[in-house]
Amino acid sequence: MKSKSLVSIDQCSREDILRILENARKFEENPNRKILEGKVAATLFFEPSTRTRLSFETAINRLGGRVIGFQDASTTSSSKGETLKDTILMVSNYADLIIMRHHLEGAARYASEITDVPIVNAGDGANQHPSQALLDMYSILQTQGTLENLTITLVGDLKYGRTVHSLIVGMSHFRPTFHFVAPEELKIPEEYKNFCDGLCIPYTEHKDFTEEIINQSDILYMTRVQRERFTDLEEYEKVKNVYILRKKMLENSRDNLRILHPLPRVNEIAYDVDDSPKAYYIQQAHNGLFAREAIICEVLGLNHLI
Amino acid sequence: MSPEKKKELQVAALENGTSIDHIPPSQLFKVASLLQLEELENTITIGNNLQSKKMQSKGMIKISDKFFEENEINKIALIAPNVILNVIRDYEVVEKKQITLPDEITGIVKCNNPKCITNNEPMDTRFQVINKENETIRCRYCERKIAKEDIVIK
Repeated sequence: MKSKSLVSIDQCSREDILRILENARKFEENPNRKILEGKVAATLFFEPSTRTRLSFETAINRLGGRVIGFQDASTTSSSKGETLKDTILMVSNYADLIIMRHHLEGAARYASEITDVPIVNAGDGANQHPSQALLDMYSILQTQGTLENLTITLVGDLKYGRTVHSLIVGMSHFRPTFHFVAPEELKIPEEYKNFCDGLCIPYTEHKDFTEEIINQSDILYMTRVQRERFTDLEEYEKVKNVYILRKKMLENSRDNLRILHPLPRVNEIAYDVDDSPKAYYIQQAHNGLFAREAIICEVLGLNHLI
Repeated sequence: MSPEKKKELQVAALENGTSIDHIPPSQLFKVASLLQLEELENTITIGNNLQSKKMQSKGMIKISDKFFEENEINKIALIAPNVILNVIRDYEVVEKKQITLPDEITGIVKCNNPKCITNNEPMDTRFQVINKENETIRCRYCERKIAKEDIVIK
């Protein structure tokens, strides 16, 4: 990678992605390795996120490192008006690695410019969440055996969903075909269509979530349609139950189809889907551990120890 | 009266220095402020709403004994893209330069995203110019794109 910090998925080349995913595979074989012995990692969660924080902290613990940090900025000096810069510089005195989530967009990029300690972005507002993109791609690789030439259907909130945007950018190195299924208010932004056009990546947009689209797909990536995104609540009421995946919709789907979801889900995947061998979202979250172990070794320059 | 005489009356000639010509009148004082002219002790002549052949009217700034570095002057490209820079030595224009947008703009533009870190920390903004023709810029931090018509100067 160009920088030793991981701030955004678009800083990763095809080779970077493949290397990180290969290392994640090694961690799946054996997650417990004492690579971080004697090292301290800070997890700074200015905005709470239990799922992501536990995943990163488990990764550090399984690598034999120690964790310092906070999970609620209201108990830290940022609530007293301390700047992000001062907090980052202070923690840089103590830690070998900083994993941070912040509600402000660009916070991780800024942090990476003011310290020499590697920064891993664990989410900055609606902007970037690169470890999610890498664990999604690891899940795709593990279930399909390849990242190349896959048909990926993205469903739900394609406008604000940062995991969707990062996945498009990450997968763009591997000749994908995309189906974008979303209501008018939440359709994929022009910017990402232009991005695909520029790389000659084929895509089609749909308003209806049909079996016909599911049956062409290798990966079905479901996301939550969030009520707070709508300016017109009547519109929300109209679409909230349109993009629900039910087990019977999978009857004629491909054998290799797998269903992913960044979680938490609300009602967009019916519970009867959980029994389907094509449901993969729980394992997907588990894969986050291996992907994050690989990311930590990558930014610390410790790949040779894996 | 000859045309030369008329021109001379509009703004006094420079012996040595820089003349910034064809500034849109509405942007003249913003240009002066961006170039931090108030901090200079050089002789400065400012003219506005002057007659122009190319534009209906124009603004002009003449600064004695001042020669701008490229990165210093290019920051005005955002608000006055068609400005002509005349480098003058011994009353002669020795160089005529068209200014161009730099690749990166630091500390001039405000990010339009209220949730951007740059609007919440004491720090400089940084924008990459992603399209010089239609003047689209992107915040280095929150990655939001800003179209020309939405650009707000700090």
